[in-house]
Amino acid sequence: MTAEQIIQQILFFISAALTLGSAVMVVATRKLIQAALWLIVSLFGVAVLYALLDASFLVVVQVVVYIGAIAILFIFAVMLTQRDQRDKGPQLNKSWVLAALVGLATFGGLTFLVSSWTGFGAAAAPIPAGTVDMVADLGTALVSVDQYVLPFEVASVLLLAALIGAIYVAYNRK
Amino acid sequence: MIDLALVLEWVIKSLVVIFMLLGGFAYLTWFERRILARMQTRVGPNRAGWQGLLQPVADAVKLVFKEELIPARADKVIFVLAPILTVVPATVLAVVIPFGTQVILFGRQVNLAVADINVGILFLMAVASVAVYGIVLAGWSSNNKFALMGGMRSTAQMISYELALGLSFVLVALMADSLQLSEIVEAQRTMWFVVLQPVGAIVFLIVTLAEVNRAPFDMPEAEQELAAGFHSEYSGMKFALFFMAEYQKMIVISIIAVTLFFGGYLGPFIGRFPWLGPVYVLGKVVALLFGMVWIRATLPRIRYDRLMDLGWKVLLPLVLGLVLITATGILLADEFGNSLVWSIPVVSILAGFLTVGLVDRSLRRKFNALR
Amino acid sequence: MIPLSWYLILSAALFSIGLFGVLARRNAIAILMGIELMLNAVNINLVSFWRYGSPAEMSGQVFAIIVFAVAAAEVAVGLALVISVYRRRKTVVANEIDMMKW
Repeated sequence: MTAEQIIQQILFFISAALTLGSAVMVVATRKLIQAALWLIVSLFGVAVLYALLDASFLVVVQVVVYIGAIAILFIFAVMLTQRDQRDKGPQLNKSWVLAALVGLATFGGLTFLVSSWTGFGAAAAPIPAGTVDMVADLGTALVSVDQYVLPFEVASVLLLAALIGAIYVAYNRK
Repeated sequence: MIDLALVLEWVIKSLVVIFMLLGGFAYLTWFERRILARMQTRVGPNRAGWQGLLQPVADAVKLVFKEELIPARADKVIFVLAPILTVVPATVLAVVIPFGTQVILFGRQVNLAVADINVGILFLMAVASVAVYGIVLAGWSSNNKFALMGGMRSTAQMISYELALGLSFVLVALMADSLQLSEIVEAQRTMWFVVLQPVGAIVFLIVTLAEVNRAPFDMPEAEQELAAGFHSEYSGMKFALFFMAEYQKMIVISIIAVTLFFGGYLGPFIGRFPWLGPVYVLGKVVALLFGMVWIRATLPRIRYDRLMDLGWKVLLPLVLGLVLITATGILLADEFGNSLVWSIPVVSILAGFLTVGLVDRSLRRKFNALR
Repeated sequence: MIPLSWYLILSAALFSIGLFGVLARRNAIAILMGIELMLNAVNINLVSFWRYGSPAEMSGQVFAIIVFAVAAAEVAVGLALVISVYRRRKTVVANEIDMMKW
């Protein structure tokens, strides 16, 4: 194993620990605003994972869309729906033990399923020679008629509908 | 295997950029105060050192020795974290900017950019969108309603203007056919993009003023309304960090504007003397910063609802139209010859005039309805 | 050298944590955060299958981008609903929002 591979593995473990640890804090912490902050840390860990997977465009999109827009919306919503900073009362509902069991069962089931698949321990496929700019390839794939232009356009219509719907729902009629 | 000399080169280049921004911040405050004073027929700071050149040092010493206050029942961790989260993005933005081509230094080919990555323009977008957090969290954690209102205002403002900012990045990416900042600069060898995208450049400059919370868009820290807004509870070094972030963002955003629209490091004789690159960047940045100070001295703060209206109802549709115009112009130029690229500035100036006319008509109507 | 299995286990764990959040939290905003975690787990899976399967085709990244779009739409509408409910009922606790009409 070369030094570069070891560095990659260390990076993976750090970002995995960051992602999972802060994800646990998201669901466990009492103060909602801190849960939102832990969510940001978790999303950042996922961005690092994308970097390890050579998906540079997705790293940036993860930061712009998730950290820059979605998480800030969460913080905004938390600020708008609370009278003061202290979150009173229990933050988990009565059946949280059952929920934890369901979560554990899902994890066990998923791990069992994928571990019985033959490609489980596969190594990374080599980046095909001649790929100059993967971002350009991705852009072409998104707008080529024989590839993904239809899902792309449908997604944009969905975003427009969500934009209008969100404005309509949250609009204060007075 | 990673080359040790390469790592050393990166470290040195990062340090140079950081110190450049720190020094730039210190002297930008002096620059702004002197220019503002001249415009208001005052003298400005001129006591500490020759022409007041030691004033930033005196200010720094004062701020370091001030007492640090943390408000009662504030969220302490976030309160301390917020100024740091404001400074870091302002500094990190500068790493993808090319300050020149290559120079020979100690027998090595050295690129005059810290990290010229292939998604540079998207990186700028990403870091700019992270920059909101410091302000929001400062407002939230202060446990003060004025601070919270300042934080909320700035969140809404920065998110709204980010859309127009991203779309003006799209304009440049379309023209240069690349997301890499060095290629964007190289694409301006024949002509600066400000000539081909005059309206786009103006929109970009307006939007960046809003993104860095500068006058006339300095609602989040409006002294008269919010008692300094999100940083009203901060003192000492923590306040200094906010101050530093604001001025660093001004510098960095000017460097970005120069890179995207004003030819970056390009200028006469750049091919023969690559060392001139940083000098050209500096000159253009100082010109833009002077413009920012001039705007602050000239324009009053605009009202908050008008600010949001400007972002959503004027700038966003205008820049969407510009994207359409630019894409069409490039297609036409590809199909029917290169001279048709001039349709882009012509049509976009028409669109700009149309926008100004429509805004003028709507304001006139409101005014007449009031009378 | 990171085998595919690490990414798969990581994403299974992230998905389960998100699922727990959705099932156990009382606050509607926290439930939406759990959904975000689950969507991120899905994206990690998609991208790692793309990288380890066939990096020449862009399908995995394209799917991930569409998941981004869906997530953004879902959060915008979801939080708008939460704010709207809060305005009328002064609560964001999911258990207390149990009437069809009021």
